[in-house]
Amino acid sequence: MTKHVVGTIDEVAPGMSKLVEVKGREIGVFNVNGSFYALANRCPHGGGSLCKGVVTGLALSDRPGDYKLVRMGEFLRCPWHGWEFEIKTGQSYCDPKSTRVRQFNVSVEAGEELVKGPYVAESFAVAVERNYIVVDL
Amino acid sequence: MNAPLRETKAVQKLMIVDCDIHPIQHSPRDLYPWLSKRWIEHYETFGPHVRVGLTGSQVFPRMSYAGQRADAYPANGGPPGCDLDLMISQHLDPIGVEAGMLVSLSKGGMEERNQDFAQALSHAVNDWQMEEWVRKEPRLKAGVVVPQEDAEFAAREIKLRAREQAYRQIIISPRSIEPLGRRRYWPIYAAAQEVGLPLGLHPSAFSGGSPSTGGGWPTYYMQEHYGFSTGVAGNIVSLIFEGVFERFPGMKVALIETGFTWIPALGWRMDKQWERMRKETPQVKRPPSEYLREHFWFATQPIEEPDNPAHLVDVIDWIGWDRMLFSTDYPHWDYDDPRHCIRFQMTDAQRNMLFRDNAKALYRL
Amino acid sequence: MILPRPGAIDCDLHLPLPPTRALLPRLNDFWREQLTTRYIDRTNFQLQSYPVNSPIATRADWAASREGETPLEKLRREALDPFGTRIAVCSMLHGAIALFNEDMNAAIVSAVNDFVAAEWLDREPRLRGSILVTGQSAAHSVAEIERLAHDKRFVQVLLPVMSDFLPGKRQMWPIYAAAQKHGLAIGLHAGSTYRNSPTGSGWGSYQVEDYIGMSTAFENAIVSFIAEGVFNEFPDLRLVCLESGFTFVPTLLWRINKEWRGVRAEVPWIDRPPAEIVKERVRFTLQPVDAPRDPKALAKVIEHMGNDDFLLFSTDYPHGHFEGVDCLPEGLPDSLIRKILVDNPLAAYPRLAQELAREAAALEKAR
Repeated sequence: MTKHVVGTIDEVAPGMSKLVEVKGREIGVFNVNGSFYALANRCPHGGGSLCKGVVTGLALSDRPGDYKLVRMGEFLRCPWHGWEFEIKTGQSYCDPKSTRVRQFNVSVEAGEELVKGPYVAESFAVAVERNYIVVDL
Repeated sequence: MNAPLRETKAVQKLMIVDCDIHPIQHSPRDLYPWLSKRWIEHYETFGPHVRVGLTGSQVFPRMSYAGQRADAYPANGGPPGCDLDLMISQHLDPIGVEAGMLVSLSKGGMEERNQDFAQALSHAVNDWQMEEWVRKEPRLKAGVVVPQEDAEFAAREIKLRAREQAYRQIIISPRSIEPLGRRRYWPIYAAAQEVGLPLGLHPSAFSGGSPSTGGGWPTYYMQEHYGFSTGVAGNIVSLIFEGVFERFPGMKVALIETGFTWIPALGWRMDKQWERMRKETPQVKRPPSEYLREHFWFATQPIEEPDNPAHLVDVIDWIGWDRMLFSTDYPHWDYDDPRHCIRFQMTDAQRNMLFRDNAKALYRL
Repeated sequence: MILPRPGAIDCDLHLPLPPTRALLPRLNDFWREQLTTRYIDRTNFQLQSYPVNSPIATRADWAASREGETPLEKLRREALDPFGTRIAVCSMLHGAIALFNEDMNAAIVSAVNDFVAAEWLDREPRLRGSILVTGQSAAHSVAEIERLAHDKRFVQVLLPVMSDFLPGKRQMWPIYAAAQKHGLAIGLHAGSTYRNSPTGSGWGSYQVEDYIGMSTAFENAIVSFIAEGVFNEFPDLRLVCLESGFTFVPTLLWRINKEWRGVRAEVPWIDRPPAEIVKERVRFTLQPVDAPRDPKALAKVIEHMGNDDFLLFSTDYPHGHFEGVDCLPEGLPDSLIRKILVDNPLAAYPRLAQELAREAAALEKAR
């Protein structure tokens, strides 16, 4: 496992995502209410690029004709077939048993700690005074 | 259902024929170079005249992203499918499209009620797809779009366009006013047989006057989309039981965007009832499933997803591997990516037939 | 193949239409006067879906009566005795349901239901009835269900699969509420009142086209029930598809699950894969077996359906789908045959299950 610094935390506001490449893999980093999650940018169903999809909530209903939207910002809808995934777990909402987006360990680390190394930061320098999103791979 | 198969398939370099690609105009103005002043004025004054309650909006609004791939919207505006460079870079090149069959549904005049306007539109769309797409990207093959309700004009347009090699099929709407086996449409089949081009049937969002199911109009897009298969089944039955293939033995029909797993059951059902009822339709000389087997081809998308993918192999064994065509439906939301959508095992021979060889034979590519 | 043992429950058997004048005593003064002075009683209310002399409607060897034989005696001789039938759920597909005048429609339909109770159910203990209702008026339909529900011999509410609008729509829900309340299944039978063209492709030329298209009507009806949330709203409701065919079921299960995964937010009350709901709540009668002759292929279709509870035995008498008493297709495993003949019908019709449970308890007590 290597620590890959993929961005600063200010780059990915809550409800937003950033597409990064780590060791040749496309990974989407998502901010859900201040917590960061990293998912493979490939829908396990049909192969769509998940980062192009919309971050949204979950439509639920108590009975026909009743509609509510809950847990706003916690779900990702695939840009192709509309499959819904829980960002926190990568689990498909419709097929939770067998369909899950690959997840990667992600953490927030202070530049002050990171500079002690070892780490990989491909496109920018790490400054001690900032906080960074780090993917382990 | 996450098959490990995908990992191995992704690295293979199989070239494919994609039998369902939808180009669209950036705006209606794209067609103006091929429309007369009279029809440009008509378009701007009256617009399309169709058999649904809305123009420009959908009565069954599609789900995410207006029913398009979210990533297929061009950066500089316009609807998905209007930008050739994007089509090449995100579709034709990465998935290895050797030939792509254009299905130019947009503004092709198939659902237009004003027949003179319908003629002008389909003629313009045929020019447009040739000049703006096929000449610029030779991997793309044109489909002659014709307004099926005006069969005499359609036959003329087919014969005119067939002189040019790049037109490889004829596209008509299965949401016709009457079932497609009825005699009003036979001039189209006579022309198709004469020029040797297959007929492509692709569901349309526009009704020919009938609700999309025999039981009436659906409520939800979920139902309307489901009806892409049931909506075309009646046309297959009609073509066979009217004796179209006895009259036009060279006619070939490709079903596009209808799925395919319902085909064997339809064949069994037709045979069973034909045996009982054959006195009613003496023009049907053989079991209906034989016409189905000989005259029809089936594009895969939107591919059905059984829990056990091997069940699709049973179904294709019944249909015949030589009748399967691969299609993606680019740039629509239910796009099938050839690297991901096939989850069952195939032999190399079957894979080649399904992804490429059957289409090359059918369309003589 | 023939039935391996007597005692089957036949879930789709048709009673012949009486001459319309035979219904007159069961109509009130107003409607009796209307039917007679307008000469409506001289017509026969035959549905377009079932031309009486066509092979679809009547098997050739079941067409003629023996001399002096009553319709009931004929039914016993042809449809009940040869199959060793224990119980038969019968229906009278009466064309009054196609009348646009919903009041006349409902009045004649009520007379039909009373006629069935008095002339058939009272006289033949093996028969159970279906409450025929008019799809175009939920109010009339509910009134009819409430009027007859006390008669436990009626075990289902009967509607044509194609009526004024798709059957899942909310204006139909009062019918389902009444059916659920009284433990009645909903039976959708092949046929149409032809309010719309029989398929989405328009009006075909031939009777056989309409009949083949029935299976697609059932598909769309089931999708309508699922999408509208009928099974959510009525958790005990059972839907029985009568004379639907069943080889389309695998495609239905695969396609409806795929649709749901893509458009779930549109119909958020569907809280699990719709194929599971279909497997739990929808049943199909056996005849016509729209399967290939090859028993191995039929076995595959059964495997693809993935649910031993789906099929209910039926002869579909007097419609012609098989010869003699050869009413079971080859290729069904024994364990499945047992379920098709008895267990599945009992599970589909709560009233039959209750009745048999009462009988069993009485027998136990007598011992």
